[in-house]
Amino acid sequence: MGNTLVEIKNLVKTYTRGDQEVPVLRDITLSIDRGDFISLMGPSGSGKSTLLNLIAGIDKPTAGILRIDGEDISRLSEGQLADWRASNIGFIFQFYNLMPVLTAYENVELPLLLTNLSKAERKERIEMTLNMVGLSDRMDHYPNELSGGQQQRVAIARAIVTDPTILVCDEPTGDLDKQSASDVLGMLKQLNQELGKTIIMVTHDVHAAEAAKRIVHLEKGELLGEVTSP
Amino acid sequence: MYYLKLIFKNVFRAKLRTTLTVTGLVVAIVAFGLLQTVVDAWFAGANSASSARLVTRNAISLVFPMPLYYRERMRSVEGVKLVSYSQWFGGIYKEPSNFFPQFAIDHNTYFDLYPEFLMKPEELLAFQRDRQGAIVGRKLADQFGWKVGDVIPIRGTIYSGNWQFTVRAIFDGKDESTLTRQFFIRWDYINEEVKKRFPRRADQIGVFNILISDPSRAADVSRAIDAEFKNSLAETLTETEKAFQLGFVAQSEAIVVAIRIVSFVVIFIIMAVVANTMAMTARERIAEYATLKALGFSPGYVAALIFGEAMVLAFIGAGIGILLTFPLAKGFASSPAGAAFASFAVSEATVWMQVAAAVVVGTIAAIVPGWRSARVKIVDGLRHVG
Repeated sequence: MGNTLVEIKNLVKTYTRGDQEVPVLRDITLSIDRGDFISLMGPSGSGKSTLLNLIAGIDKPTAGILRIDGEDISRLSEGQLADWRASNIGFIFQFYNLMPVLTAYENVELPLLLTNLSKAERKERIEMTLNMVGLSDRMDHYPNELSGGQQQRVAIARAIVTDPTILVCDEPTGDLDKQSASDVLGMLKQLNQELGKTIIMVTHDVHAAEAAKRIVHLEKGELLGEVTSP
Repeated sequence: MYYLKLIFKNVFRAKLRTTLTVTGLVVAIVAFGLLQTVVDAWFAGANSASSARLVTRNAISLVFPMPLYYRERMRSVEGVKLVSYSQWFGGIYKEPSNFFPQFAIDHNTYFDLYPEFLMKPEELLAFQRDRQGAIVGRKLADQFGWKVGDVIPIRGTIYSGNWQFTVRAIFDGKDESTLTRQFFIRWDYINEEVKKRFPRRADQIGVFNILISDPSRAADVSRAIDAEFKNSLAETLTETEKAFQLGFVAQSEAIVVAIRIVSFVVIFIIMAVVANTMAMTARERIAEYATLKALGFSPGYVAALIFGEAMVLAFIGAGIGILLTFPLAKGFASSPAGAAFASFAVSEATVWMQVAAAVVVGTIAAIVPGWRSARVKIVDGLRHVG
């Protein structure tokens, strides 16, 4: 198994619309190492988000092998997948997907509710994580009281608070201004370089993609090629 | 704890929608409670009836009288302890809308059958000594502000003419279920006047009120009384006081059934309103539920959030509704419309039915949105963002 964290072989994903079968991913083979930072790029409909969803365990492949840390997640039931995601995946979405009725602190606390940590342990972790993303003074603020960049930093804190194996980011800078996008990308790089987090990021933005160590291009459901940062 | 916090925060998220839904629930629960209380009030007379008392009336109809001399023969029937009698008087006090039941009774025996009517012995004695005396229930006295010594003018309808009675006693009920809106006058006084004015109608009474020694033998005693008057000029029909009262209710059964149906229709309508609110809520938050599921929360947790929110809405509405039902019922009881009911009190059973209605509304309203949200695919749910 070596250092490979994500092992994808001959992965196929097909959606059925009425009588028609629509292929979204065709025979994808890819491997991602532990501590890697990879950008998935491609035009709309290229299948990059679908691939990200499959790796994150929120969708299931039609055929092929998908092993994360040696475990074939395509064989897991819905309940097992939910538990697996809770302990292995941190999500960062384009539109942050924070609970509007919860404060920054409470939003970050959400995934910790699925752990056995005590309230005091949770508090310690949340405060540390919010401090790490530079929002220790905004803990009691609701999402609508924060800027887009700040909301995405809360989302990053929520994603990393459980110390997951992989961070999956779906257009994390897509809704941000240039400065905020740069801050978020800097934060992701820091998480990758200093904490060794494996990050898989879908983006349209070439500048954002350059933050990654590897850039994988997809088109019409196929892998076109790969660029590795110097 | 966190689960409850999230539910309560979600409930008050769309304040206007929540306020309108809760208002609808309050109105529905109050309406349901009041309508159920109307039904209870209809049966109040029957429910307060004693199993030790029988009522004998003319077998043809209640409107036909029986001769007073039947009384002596009834006394001789085995199991009969005491026989009294009464006659519907049916007069008007000032306005027809001031309706209350008026009975001409045997002043010496009638109250021995009704120990639940509590009054001062000296006041009862005063009534027994005054041929024009009257005994009134507390609720009736309070309604018209009568007190002992007041002269009450009554315009006769069955017994025409203007009559005057002096209040000699005011009785209270033994408990809440005892009716205290009756007006009792002396039959012998009415009969004396009838003898002068309508001699053919004299010495006739409406019903015999009979106390029996063993309530478990009520059916046997009733049959024995009716057998005594078989093939006589006025055959009798004897039944328990409760059956007699229920006979009155049965005459208006269609109204009672209609009120019951309306009360449940009200609950059905609010159920649809709350279900619609929950469906809108769940549809708007589909991305949030998908996010929760992506983070690892189970579909059951998502369904429980919606169920909890529907239940909180239902219980807030029901709580306010139940609290409002009591003063509104009291207000209705003291209004001219409510005065038509002898007793109009919200029962414990009605409150439990209101609570049950809230549980049913909350549960049914949450079923479809909860099921849909729990089943939504994460990928589809996340697409709802932006």
